[in-house]
Amino acid sequence: MSELLETTHGDLPAGTVHDDHASVEHDPLAHTSLGLSNNKLAMWLFLGSDCLLFGGLISTYMLYRGRVQRGPNPNELYNIKFTSVSSFVLLMSSLTMVLAVTSAVRNDDRRMRIWLCTTAFLGSLFVGAQVFEFRSFYLKGLGFTTNLFGSSFYTLTGFHGVHVSLGVIMLLSIVGLTLRGKIPGRKAEVVELIGLYWHFVDIVWIVIFTLVYLIPS
Amino acid sequence: MAIIERPRELTAPSVISPKQAQGNFSRPVQTTGWKSWLFTVDHKKLGLMYGFAAMFFFLVGGTEALIIRIQLAQPNGKFVNAQLYNELFTTHGTTMVFLFVIPMAAAFANYFVPLQIGARDVAFPRMNAFGFWCFLGGGLFLYLSPLLGGLPDGGWFAYAPNTGPIFSPSHGMDFWTLALQITGIASLTGSINLIVTILNMRAPGMKLMMMPVFTWMILVIQFLLVFAIPVITVALFLLSFQRLFGATFFDVKAGADPLLWQHLFWLFGHPEVYILILPSFGIVSEVLPVFAQKPLFGYKFVVFSGAAIGFMGWGVWAHHMFASGLGPISVMVFSITTMFIAVPTGVKIINWVGTLWGGTLRFTTAMMFAIGLIVEFTIGGLSGVTHAVSPSDTQQTDTYYIVAHFHYVLFGGAVFGLFSGFYYWWPKIFGRMLDEKLGKVNFWLMVIGTNLTFGPMHIVGLQGQPRRMYTYKAGYGFAGWNLLETIGSFIIALGVATFLWNAIKTNGITGKKPRTAPLDPWDARTYEWMTTSPPKEHNFDSIPVVSHLDEFFHRKYAEDANGNMVKVATAEEILADQIAHADKHIHMPSPSYWPIVLAFSLPIIALGLIFSTYLAIFGGIICVMAGYGWAIEPSTADPSDFDQSAGPSTEVALHV
Repeated sequence: MSELLETTHGDLPAGTVHDDHASVEHDPLAHTSLGLSNNKLAMWLFLGSDCLLFGGLISTYMLYRGRVQRGPNPNELYNIKFTSVSSFVLLMSSLTMVLAVTSAVRNDDRRMRIWLCTTAFLGSLFVGAQVFEFRSFYLKGLGFTTNLFGSSFYTLTGFHGVHVSLGVIMLLSIVGLTLRGKIPGRKAEVVELIGLYWHFVDIVWIVIFTLVYLIPS
Repeated sequence: MAIIERPRELTAPSVISPKQAQGNFSRPVQTTGWKSWLFTVDHKKLGLMYGFAAMFFFLVGGTEALIIRIQLAQPNGKFVNAQLYNELFTTHGTTMVFLFVIPMAAAFANYFVPLQIGARDVAFPRMNAFGFWCFLGGGLFLYLSPLLGGLPDGGWFAYAPNTGPIFSPSHGMDFWTLALQITGIASLTGSINLIVTILNMRAPGMKLMMMPVFTWMILVIQFLLVFAIPVITVALFLLSFQRLFGATFFDVKAGADPLLWQHLFWLFGHPEVYILILPSFGIVSEVLPVFAQKPLFGYKFVVFSGAAIGFMGWGVWAHHMFASGLGPISVMVFSITTMFIAVPTGVKIINWVGTLWGGTLRFTTAMMFAIGLIVEFTIGGLSGVTHAVSPSDTQQTDTYYIVAHFHYVLFGGAVFGLFSGFYYWWPKIFGRMLDEKLGKVNFWLMVIGTNLTFGPMHIVGLQGQPRRMYTYKAGYGFAGWNLLETIGSFIIALGVATFLWNAIKTNGITGKKPRTAPLDPWDARTYEWMTTSPPKEHNFDSIPVVSHLDEFFHRKYAEDANGNMVKVATAEEILADQIAHADKHIHMPSPSYWPIVLAFSLPIIALGLIFSTYLAIFGGIICVMAGYGWAIEPSTADPSDFDQSAGPSTEVALHV
């Protein structure tokens, strides 16, 4: 693909005056060397970077999860059934996100908004469940500063919760902006980018759920 | 930026403001004056601002180093007390690493990567501006600390239990962690931006293996940054949560592992070392072929060994921790990987020497700094191998021998490379020549100063002088060497002053008319020299198609019947040809208010985290508003703002 693009450029006879809308976003594929949109490449890089962020937080948790000098330990707190249900809700939101992207690609604004709102709703349900879970842990005696397990658990899952919340805000903003017709650039691509982010956050949760909740400490 | 009528002949551009851009707010349109700098998204203006800001921090960090050296000139020094000494070596290290070398490399990368690959700007111009203001905001935020509770005092490595609230009670380390978070955002956005730019915005025909080596090295570094920054982000979050909210991550009483910080920090910190040195490797790989007047020896080897250094840099971090009790297997593994990483570095040195071998050498200042780098870096690299050998490292840990090693590679290596870049690219950036005679003085002062300052540290280090100590007693045999080191450091300072004087002189302040630089002063080889000096706002009137590595050289020279390279075109002719085929429509990104607003909301939030929740909320509100302002603003104004015509009659275009 890139070869193709390069030769088409190269074959222009000398002296041809061609329009060069250097960084116009309307047709992002037209002038990229890899034939991949700049925005999408940037999003992938950001997600790659974010992997390392969660990698660091997960390592910290794994190092500290058994270190409970005072306060409750993980096995007394986790309610696997409850968290499984909220995890299921989050994973289903990936499905609705896919449907939103498909509708956006088809230019079906109405369906796209419905699915974006559904995704946002499922995401907020997950965050709500997390808040509920944090509250119940706190009531059982696990504060942020109680022990190493508490600090690292709240930090790891809190960072994930913040990622989901940011995703929800982005989804709702997109819905609001499409209603007012104010999205710069190509709409389908913007939705797809948020979709990438959303799936990434879901995948990270699968890792966290497995390592934090399912494997006994 | 505004709209300028495309100058067929270079007439004065007429500026038309774009209509209200699609966003809800008007956009800045100034092309001159301070507003054009504050709201610019032009990669060259941002590169210049990166350069000036980094140079400012270089002087600050240098002053701190001089104070340290004055304190250590004599045994039982009384110039500063122990606390201030801790603060000085902490801020010296932090400033030089995070506020000088990285941003100065970013300055060169910002300025020259788009020029070297034939792009008109970076992929995300507003993000680029945001990155610069984050760096500046973070740097200034760090230096707010002495006004609000004391400079950070835990070392640039900030080993954690020692930097916790018990041992470092002032707000200094809070400022340090938050300032590094903010400059980290700058590095992360900058790296994503440059990777996308390099991969996606190359001139037609420019394959990856036709890119100049500097661009290649910048690409490698940006990958290191993308993956290293989040690791230190985690470490900084953990530390600031402990300091600000009482978390227990590094609280040994609660059972915490004191090595956690060291692992996280050095997992970032070792790639960081290569982030500091590789830009200079790239610069030297540009400079040597030009002044040896032959192609870089083994281009592919230089590129791939750079990439190999980037990969292997991830597997050596624990060599900073040999003395921390990792256990024999880890120590052995990291010892071996560390020795391995000397191989690609050695490959590069061989290539540089091979480039010089048989070349027609021209000893300009840029060339001398480049050769200086090879020599000084090799010395530092060899002492580096001695600490890869873990038993000998155990002897050297925490002594001045280590200080000698990393100053040889970072000052004699990275900084010499940057100075080589100053002298080489100055005419391109400013259209003026730096004085070569003063340049030579600058070079010799810096070389002599470097060796006088850091050479004796090997000796006192092996004799056991510990680093990070504010004084030493008489009678250990350290005194004479330390005095010599102090003298050396002032010679370096003199060298830097010579450079500054040289730079100021090019403005014609001395009354003498400054020398205007010729278009191609060095008989250069790469793409960035195929445009005016300084480059136009849109870089190239038309984007030359690339068919060779060293494209500019191959346009100037061709083989004659006997196989000798003969000059077939001058730089002026090549440029004239480019102007004659100028593109009709060039859309440049429009300036924006949001990057600077968003960037400066971050230090407000950070201050709020330390002092008052209300302030943090206030900063948060600005941040959110700026974020939305940014999101709904298109990165370029609508094309209809420029091409009112869309009809064939007008030649109007360009906006900048």
